[in-house]
Amino acid sequence: MKKTTVKILFVVLALGLGAFALAGCGKDSNTIKVGFNLELTGDIPKVGEASKFAAEMLKEDINSKGGLEVGGKKYKLEFVYQDNEAKAESAVNAALKLINQDGVVAIVGPNSSKQAVPAAATCNDAQTVMVTPWSTNVDTTKDRPWVFRACFLDAFQGPVATNFAAKQFGAKTAAVIFDISNDYSKGLAEIFKQEWEKKMGAGTVVGYESHGTKDQDFSAQLTKIVAAKPDFIFVPDNYNQVALIVKQAHDLGYKGPFMGSDAWGSAELMTLCGKDCIGQFFSTHYAAAGAQGATKEFIDRFNTKYKYVPDDVAALTWDATRLVLQAIQNVGKVEKDVKTERKAIRDAMANIKEFDGITGKMKFAGTGDPAKCAVVVQISPEGKFVFKQSVCPE
Amino acid sequence: MEIFQNILNALQFGSFYALIALGYTLVYGVLRLINFAHGDIFMVGAYIAYFLAVTLIGATGGFNVGLHVSPAVALAITVPVTMILTALVGVTLERTAYRPLRRKGANRLYVVITALMAGLVLENGNLALLGATRKRFPDLIDKVVWNIGGVAVTNLKVVVIVAAIIVFAMLQFIVTRTKIGMAMRGISYDKFAIPLMGIPLDTIIVVTFVLGSGMAGLAGILFAMSYPILEPYMGALIGWKAFIAAVVGGIGDIRGAIVGGFLLGFIEIGVVAVFPSTLRDLFAFSVLLIILWLRPTGLFGVAETTKI
Repeated sequence: MKKTTVKILFVVLALGLGAFALAGCGKDSNTIKVGFNLELTGDIPKVGEASKFAAEMLKEDINSKGGLEVGGKKYKLEFVYQDNEAKAESAVNAALKLINQDGVVAIVGPNSSKQAVPAAATCNDAQTVMVTPWSTNVDTTKDRPWVFRACFLDAFQGPVATNFAAKQFGAKTAAVIFDISNDYSKGLAEIFKQEWEKKMGAGTVVGYESHGTKDQDFSAQLTKIVAAKPDFIFVPDNYNQVALIVKQAHDLGYKGPFMGSDAWGSAELMTLCGKDCIGQFFSTHYAAAGAQGATKEFIDRFNTKYKYVPDDVAALTWDATRLVLQAIQNVGKVEKDVKTERKAIRDAMANIKEFDGITGKMKFAGTGDPAKCAVVVQISPEGKFVFKQSVCPE
Repeated sequence: MEIFQNILNALQFGSFYALIALGYTLVYGVLRLINFAHGDIFMVGAYIAYFLAVTLIGATGGFNVGLHVSPAVALAITVPVTMILTALVGVTLERTAYRPLRRKGANRLYVVITALMAGLVLENGNLALLGATRKRFPDLIDKVVWNIGGVAVTNLKVVVIVAAIIVFAMLQFIVTRTKIGMAMRGISYDKFAIPLMGIPLDTIIVVTFVLGSGMAGLAGILFAMSYPILEPYMGALIGWKAFIAAVVGGIGDIRGAIVGGFLLGFIEIGVVAVFPSTLRDLFAFSVLLIILWLRPTGLFGVAETTKI
């Protein structure tokens, strides 16, 4: 009895190891493998899903035309998706798996800064290009020549929020509630506080409260904030927490406005938040309502295919992936050795000066960060994100 | 006024800890088993309530059977049915996971590990079945915000606090004043001698699980109404904290669970109200640690020789 158990265990172990060994093989010379490090489960699954949908759409587009043309030859695209569970440590593992086992030439994602900052360190060390569609935290690309992004930075988003709120609400005082364990949320909250106090004078941020990622009750923090009577509350939080925070603030008798950041802009925000979020504002990467040209074409196709209006993550993933593919094409040929190929892609990425994305024009000035415009949208009674204002870098 | 508002907040959040801690304490009191899956039974209760509610009011996301009852009626049906179904989940868990081990005379440590695994199975089973997308619990009662001298009170908050106190009174009555309660207390003294007195051990254990899981189901509905975003892992952290509340109160004693639950609520809210909110869990659990340091058996606990 005991012997058989041991034998079975041994066989299972051997099979497991075998699977590892096999995973690394099978590189086909006529395909190009791009990795995706996405939040498919965990706190923000809709973000990962939107990314994957956009990538799949792009892949089908190119593969249906015979593949990506590099140096006169067409290569089929193969996209490998790894789930990072919206956790920092899993994002590192997912990146390592893509680099070492799947042998991808470049990685798109993770989206959220909480995952993107640690994953970027891994990719930079392993000398593989990583392009994050949605991570706005400064640390993601800082001193990391292998890391790029397709969105603006929080240092730009913070002032956009302060200027807009000061004008729109005629606000003199502000309060902030943010997620202390999320790099994105914490970073943006700090920038906002700094900007607001620079503009309005010291002590004008009357409430500055934090919470944890898994928290569901914010009543104590919000009681403090409501008692300080701010003109508006700035909430740089993920959409799932936004839904709870806004509702609980209303439960505590708060009637003033909220200002949000780009992490609000998920297609799922309104299903979770409902009528509490109507009329609130947030800064984001693009506004789906009223878009034109290539952006509109993308939105319409996405909408027919997946039955919902793509959020900013979907659009940014589209741009980020196209950036990578552009770099691959710019190299002019596909190297046999994956390491040489990665190096060639990095150099090509660094040489892209301007890129016309569906989320606007991006200008790269020698770093991995593009200069591009932000928009502020308002949530309409039908739950649409309606364009209010566009702010471009000077 | 801030202080009254915070007392109210603490009572509301403490109510959830108390309701869940009651389930831990009941099962521990009878079986000397820490049912680590209890937080996840609470999560299952919230999901059951969700599916019942959306099906009844005919919203998208449930089973479309063409029902369109009014939210108030839906709530009246959802509460008892959820409690019954969640109780069934608890009993099934006892039947499939704990009873076979008990029959084989396994050490309690193994049963506790089984409970941990059962909790993970529930979490990940839900993830596999329903996916990672969150669910939004529909509004079943019209929210009313009363403003009494600067203190904002919603009708839901009052319902939650009253429910926790009624449940406590009811369980306290069952355990201390009824025959079943006497049998439960008897089993906790000596589970080998009790069957010899003609008391059906398994039936009493099933009753215990029905009571504990039913309360988790009720907590699930109330929680889903107060914090209407459901996800598979929602029960894990609150379950752990409620367990700690039960231990601090003195696990095995119903008064301990309710006091521990409210105490944890008050400490958590109090820390945030006075100190920067970043320090909440650090302070809250340091305070609990000190309480346990002074009274290792919890506030209402009695010293015992064997424990896990």
